[in-house]
Amino acid sequence: MANVTVPIVVTFVVAAAVVGLMVTVSRLLGPRQMTAVKGEAFECGNPASGSAWGRFSVHFYLVALLFLVLDVEVVLLYPWAVELRSSGIAGLVEALFFIAVLGVGLIYAWRIGALDWD
Amino acid sequence: MSPGVLAAVQFSWLAVLPLGIVALAAVAVLLAGARAGQDQGEALGWFSAAALAAAALPVLASLGRSRLAFDGTVAVDAYSVYFELVILFASAMTVLISLRYVAEMGLAPGEYYALVLFAALGMMLMAAADDLILIFLGLETMSLAVYALAGFARRQARSAEAALKYFLLGAFSTGFLLYGIALIYGAAGTLKLEPLRAALAAGTDHRTLLLCGVGLVLIGFAFKVAAVPFHMWTPDAYEGAPTPIAGFMAVGVKLASFAAFLRVFGLHLGALAPTWTAVVWVVAALTMTAGNLIALAQQSLKRMLAYSAIAHAGYLLVGMAAGSNEAAGAILYYLLGYAFTNLGAFAVVVALERRGVEHESIADLRGLGARAPGLSAALALLLLSLTGMPPLAGFVGKLYLFKAALDSGLVWLVVIAVLNSVVSAYYYLRVLVAVYMQEGGVAVAPLAARPALLVAVGAAVLGTVLIGVFPAPYVAAAGAALRSALSLSSPGPLALIAR
Repeated sequence: MANVTVPIVVTFVVAAAVVGLMVTVSRLLGPRQMTAVKGEAFECGNPASGSAWGRFSVHFYLVALLFLVLDVEVVLLYPWAVELRSSGIAGLVEALFFIAVLGVGLIYAWRIGALDWD
Repeated sequence: MSPGVLAAVQFSWLAVLPLGIVALAAVAVLLAGARAGQDQGEALGWFSAAALAAAALPVLASLGRSRLAFDGTVAVDAYSVYFELVILFASAMTVLISLRYVAEMGLAPGEYYALVLFAALGMMLMAAADDLILIFLGLETMSLAVYALAGFARRQARSAEAALKYFLLGAFSTGFLLYGIALIYGAAGTLKLEPLRAALAAGTDHRTLLLCGVGLVLIGFAFKVAAVPFHMWTPDAYEGAPTPIAGFMAVGVKLASFAAFLRVFGLHLGALAPTWTAVVWVVAALTMTAGNLIALAQQSLKRMLAYSAIAHAGYLLVGMAAGSNEAAGAILYYLLGYAFTNLGAFAVVVALERRGVEHESIADLRGLGARAPGLSAALALLLLSLTGMPPLAGFVGKLYLFKAALDSGLVWLVVIAVLNSVVSAYYYLRVLVAVYMQEGGVAVAPLAARPALLVAVGAAVLGTVLIGVFPAPYVAAAGAALRSALSLSSPGPLALIAR
């Protein structure tokens, strides 16, 4: 029992110690000089322009979501592709089924107009 | 493939045929509804209800078997049949209640019904799963669909708030559940429930790890059944969600969660019962008391029903704490009556609502008895059942539940439960006082104009009366379901918990 729980406890303690150390040390040692430039919204050198609450098309979000789904699909297909021969017909059927399920999702997104850009 | 393997594969796929029907129907509704307008909405709803009814047939056909499918991850027993049937019924009722509501509130019908079907799919999977990861999968399928449904009236700030709160807390609780599952796997070396039970019976070297895992899984389930102190999301989520969905959350989610909760803890973690029943004892007492006391102060009907749902989860947890065969059977029976009664109560609230005129507060119900006598009578009967008045389903359920708890020696918990029942009478009857003894309120459309809703309310009332007046067949069914689940793994004496 102890040999299993000790490493977990140690991990927690080390994680807490590292985080605590970083926060404390930077608080103690870090110089703090407040200037007008530092008070700006973006510290990248350019003067800030416009509102932080800028709006952008929800289409970006939809496209990102579709990309994510297909991206993960590929990740999941890799192990199957590596073991293509040993997984046999059953593996092929399951992979095709998986692709079909995601295909249905894509068709749905298409039909509701998520891919139309105008 | 050898004939034996082929037969096992065939059996496995037959076992999930009902799930397949619901899944295919959900995809069909989703695709057909992608461009559908409100005029096709009712057709999609009827199709969904028909698919749910069709899925009940293969569920019934698998009755009488006690076997494991898919390499011991899916249980085909009367227990899963029992819960799948009640879940299918609750989902079909939700669709019936929603038919006119979706059109009146201008919700997108295709996505709405598809999400209800997906949620039903996840719930059925939770009821049938005999593997911790599969339970998690079912829980996620259900939860993701219900999160979206809670925020379905997305132009209403309240609905969006409900979805966000439900999603954030739900996702957080899922983390607990998953971490607990991981720890249990670390301690016992298996995720399948039957081997897990055997491993626990044989004893483990990693008891602390195991108990941590069991505790985290307990927290995960407590979130899903809205047990105190993990109930904070419930009133806001129920209040903001579309009303039929609030009913679906109060009944469907609770059914599925208790199905998995009871299977994991009651049936398979019996070896650890002395530890977790002590925790459940406290949680049950807190849940009943907090749910009932806060319900007293509610002005909104939906919030009152939300706290009432919390209180009922508390009563069910009394059965979990008792942890005997009788108590488990009583939980199954109680859930059946609860499903009918609570769906009916939410259906009545739906019947009172129109676009712009939402009968939110109890004060709006004043004088309803004179304006809508039928609807008022139905509401009265359902609320009396929730209170626990004989001879309705709520009374018999509580009777069996508390008696089983007494038999297990939980005298003080039963005292708390009975006192809570008395307290609950106040807020249920307060609604009836408004309905029958006060003047004022808001006009309401006749129920006869909405046949699907009329059928749903009628079925709920009929079920509440029948299950209460003739409890024997339902108690027998609950007992058979439990025995079937127990015989799946242990050919020996059918003891739930080895005390």
